[in-house]
Amino acid sequence: MNRRTFLQSSSLATVGTMLIPDFLKAYERRHLGEAPGTDRVLVVIQLSGGNDGLNTVVPYRNDVYYRERPRLAIPAAKILKLTDDLGLNPAMEGLKGLYDDGLLTVVNNVGYPNPDRSHFRSMDIWQTASGADQYLRSGWIGRYLDARCSGTCAPHDAIEVDDTLSLALKGERVKALAVQHPQKLYQQTQNRFVRQLAEVNHDEFGPVDYLYKTLSETVSSAEFIYEKAAVHRSAAAYPDSELARRLKTVSEFIQSGVGARVYYVSHGSFDTHVNQANQQERLLRQYADAVNAFVNDLKNAGELKRVKVLTFSEFGRRVKQNASGGTDHGTANNVFILNGAKAGVLNEAPNLTDLDEGDLKFSVDFRAIYASLLDDWLGTSSEAVLGRKFAGAVKV
Amino acid sequence: MNEISKQTKIQHLFWRAGFGASPQQVREAAKKPLTEAVDGLFRDSRKDSPLDHLSSAEPGYNRKALKKMVRERDTMAPEKKRQMVKDLIKENRGKIGDLNFQWLDQMGSGREALREKMTLFWHGHFACRSLNPAFVQRQNNLIRGLALGKFGDLLRGVSQDPAMLQFLNNQQNKKDSPNENFAREVMELFTMGRGNYSERDIKEAARAFTGWGFVPLSGEFVFREKVHDAGTKTIFGKTGPFDGDDVLDLILDRPETSRFLVTKMYRYFVNDTPDEGHVGELARRFRRTDYDVEDLMRAIFTADWFYDARNIGAKVKSPVELLAGLQRQFGLDFGGKQSVLYVQKALDQVLFYPPNVAGWPGGRAWIDSSSLLLRMKLPEILFKGAELAVRAKDDGDVNTEHLANKENKFLNTTVDWTAFEAAFAGLRGKPLLDALTASLLQRPLTPAQQTMLLKKATSVRDLALAVATLPEYQLC
Repeated sequence: MNRRTFLQSSSLATVGTMLIPDFLKAYERRHLGEAPGTDRVLVVIQLSGGNDGLNTVVPYRNDVYYRERPRLAIPAAKILKLTDDLGLNPAMEGLKGLYDDGLLTVVNNVGYPNPDRSHFRSMDIWQTASGADQYLRSGWIGRYLDARCSGTCAPHDAIEVDDTLSLALKGERVKALAVQHPQKLYQQTQNRFVRQLAEVNHDEFGPVDYLYKTLSETVSSAEFIYEKAAVHRSAAAYPDSELARRLKTVSEFIQSGVGARVYYVSHGSFDTHVNQANQQERLLRQYADAVNAFVNDLKNAGELKRVKVLTFSEFGRRVKQNASGGTDHGTANNVFILNGAKAGVLNEAPNLTDLDEGDLKFSVDFRAIYASLLDDWLGTSSEAVLGRKFAGAVKV
Repeated sequence: MNEISKQTKIQHLFWRAGFGASPQQVREAAKKPLTEAVDGLFRDSRKDSPLDHLSSAEPGYNRKALKKMVRERDTMAPEKKRQMVKDLIKENRGKIGDLNFQWLDQMGSGREALREKMTLFWHGHFACRSLNPAFVQRQNNLIRGLALGKFGDLLRGVSQDPAMLQFLNNQQNKKDSPNENFAREVMELFTMGRGNYSERDIKEAARAFTGWGFVPLSGEFVFREKVHDAGTKTIFGKTGPFDGDDVLDLILDRPETSRFLVTKMYRYFVNDTPDEGHVGELARRFRRTDYDVEDLMRAIFTADWFYDARNIGAKVKSPVELLAGLQRQFGLDFGGKQSVLYVQKALDQVLFYPPNVAGWPGGRAWIDSSSLLLRMKLPEILFKGAELAVRAKDDGDVNTEHLANKENKFLNTTVDWTAFEAAFAGLRGKPLLDALTASLLQRPLTPAQQTMLLKKATSVRDLALAVATLPEYQLC
């Protein structure tokens, strides 16, 4: 496709005035240089609230686990066994199926030095990929966009399927797009006044400029996604949960050639201080069933080979149960990769006797996982995104 | 921006210390010195109008009624019990929605604009959720009453408030197995901020707070001595058999507390980017006056730098400020709670349902692609009863999910156009546009924008709607 045919075939050309040079360049480069449907894609699933990793991937032969959690420990007989000492929560049959298919990688003991047990701070740390003593205003996926296209990425090069955008997807120069329903977003930008506003000269005062920049980008991205996403509707059956609906949208975006390199969805809340068992099982079942449907959908469509899925939570929870049938905020946790470099349980099970004030010690820095995903999968220098070298410690 | 008009300064004050004002109110205030407008705001806020939607006679609030219900429930069949609990939860949600509507109306039309603004600030600061409408009303009234007083009183009040004790699990904080949630959030979010205490301080403070709880039905604070850890604790390097009150005193003794609070208030009331010099000076003053909030706010609103160009029109209105501001500027009557709750839900700020203990993030975080589009469309939706084209966030949150699922037309919303138009009587064309933008916006328009607007509309109503649709209207 040359420039001329691209312009003719694009709805951007028919509306004429809405073209924004940087975006056009980005669209053109992608359309001219890369065949659609070949880019590698990373899907990130965030388990919000601090998922209790010990009741997710259970050390079912560990006496300490049963001793410290007389009310919460899951009997060994019920565990969906992965290895001789680790197995999944019985609610996660959907994930066990993917493990049996050789698609699941479990990384144990993931965390960072001087762990913070506050949700907001720890989630900030995971989303910005900072150290515990470092405050960053941009997210790691946002900085990936910054680095990948030298500031000319379009917002929809990374998409959060939600109504608002997480810090993880806000770069210094580029902010990703939050969208749940492409058609609704498109309709909103079709107003003539909105279109005129998007290109009129405005006050150069910082806050005003920020609003107008957001508006212009939104109008362009809404058109692009609407045009693309109208192409494909997934016929695959998904379970009835919000996470499943969002993953179905991600699948449709991937299959229609929307072309985002990163998709982001959240699931929660896992903040189980009180009466943990029911709440966590319900959420884990929703998670396992949703990713099972998602992976099988992509597999059947022949798209799975270019998609990896990362699942994380901002921290795990304390080894010892509390007095309310729940667990308090902890530290290191397990991370799941689907369609990773090497299937299975990647490293040692958590050590429940060598604790840091009642919490697990980490052995894998989460930024090493990010680094592998950036360098090996997305093909963008992890050092540019993370500010230093973490690569090499783990390959996912 | 060259010279800042007195009108803009007055509006700046009304926006930051309240929720904006009608053109008439601004005109009246502009006749007098600015300091009189500041005095007027404090004078008008001497009174305190507690939310009174729930009377003590209502079930779910009255202690006797609750006890009776629990007794009845115990003799019921399991099926019936479940239904009863379900109904009760639904009814409670409805009541919290009523409280929301009443509060928003006080922000949008009440006399005590400053007190309501402070209450909103503290509501985000002491972010808390409760499913019990009686506790919700109680906490909100507690905050409103102490909003302009001494911060220490407010902190103590909130720390012994049933909704907060429940939200942060202190009811479960017992000597034999301490629950740290309360101790951590008090230090991290309510007083000192991260980096000013150690993990050890938190563990020790949690021990000091053991035994703080409330009587389940009445909500009265209770100190349960039997589960209190009376042993020696070491907090901020000081050692003693501290209890919860002592910990709050120790926290208020720390200079970091004043600095943390003032920085947060500066961001909220002045500018997202704090001026270190101004913050330092205010923080010393706040500490010196034993955390006198009224004194601090007066110092801010009377400072010359408060009216600097860089602070004017520099804040993104929160969704609640946007709604209450529309009500004040246009004499809007929402006509019912449903539309108000729905807009809050769609824009991610539902009163009484902060996203987490940290409150709403604020500032530019309010603006993303979808929220900006909806915000720009909001005046049209409200003025013209247009149907809201977007679906509110379906976030799996059972507490607010119901707000997303209603039929959402805004047919009952009315604007007091007669009053609004009277303020611009006799004006047409460019002079009309200039007067409208000076009144509705805190930043100037470019000639290109003016040309565009003059082509789009001529009447006061249409032009006002066009101006309120501009991205600039999102700022105050």
